[in-house]
Amino acid sequence: MPKADVRLDTLGLFCPMPIIHTSKKIKDLAVGQVLEVVSDDEGIKKDMPAWCEATGHELVGLEDDTINHKAAYRAFVKKRS
Amino acid sequence: MTAAVAPSETLAALRETKPEKVTIVLLSGDLDKAMAAFIIATGAAAMGMQVTIFFTFWGLNAIRRKGAASSARDWLRRMFGLLNKGGAEHLPLSRFHFGGLGTSMIHSVMKQNRMPGVPELLRTAQDLGVQLIACTTTMGLMGISKETLIDGVDQLAGVSTYLAEARQGSVNLFI
Repeated sequence: MPKADVRLDTLGLFCPMPIIHTSKKIKDLAVGQVLEVVSDDEGIKKDMPAWCEATGHELVGLEDDTINHKAAYRAFVKKRS
Repeated sequence: MTAAVAPSETLAALRETKPEKVTIVLLSGDLDKAMAAFIIATGAAAMGMQVTIFFTFWGLNAIRRKGAASSARDWLRRMFGLLNKGGAEHLPLSRFHFGGLGTSMIHSVMKQNRMPGVPELLRTAQDLGVQLIACTTTMGLMGISKETLIDGVDQLAGVSTYLAEARQGSVNLFI
C-alpha cells in the first residue's frame, strides 16, 4: 500500500462528491505528496483514473478494501504541479 | 536567434491558458434532469474544465429565488408565474411526481443516502466557478425578472452568447 500524507474520507458519498472533495483537498497538498481517498462508491475505480488523467495528477495506487463489512476502495493520488 | 522550446512545454502552456470548455443548456425544470446537469457541471469543473450552464425555459426555475413573486405587470404572465413555482428546492420529478408525493419520496431517499440535491449541487457549482447564464428571452416570456433570480447569476444573455461559448466547447449538452 502506498504511503499517504493526507487521508480523505468520502464514505457514503455518491458521484460526483468524492471527485469534488478530491479536487478541493488536493490543493492543500504540496507537490509530490500523496492523498489517500477512501470511498465506497464503486464508480471511483473508473472515475479516479479518469480524473487523474484529466488533471495531470498521478494515480499511484487503487486498492479494494472492506470497511464495516462493505466493499470500499482506496485511491492514492500523488500531487503534480 | 530563436530559442528552442520543447514541444511538450508549449503544449502544456497551451493547456494551461486554454482549459477545456463544457457548455450545458438546461431547458428542463425537472428535478432528475437538473440533477444530471449539475452533476456533470460540477464533475467537469472538478476536472479542471471551464463550465457554463445556460438556463432557459423551465430550466430557469432552478435558479429562481425561493418564493419570489412574478414581476410581470400583465395578468396573463402573472398567472403563469403563480402556476410555475420556482426555486431549486421545488423542482418536480419528470416521472412519478404524483402531485408531489413521488418527489418527496425521492427527496427522503436522497437524504437518507446523503445524496446532494439540486440546491446543494447548485451551491457546489457556484463554489467551483461554474458560470451561470440566464436566457433573457425566456425570462421575458415567463415573467421572470432578474430580481427574482438567485444571487450569483453571472450573465443575462441570449443565443449569441451561448453559441460563442459553445463553439469553443469540447462538450456541449442540451438537457
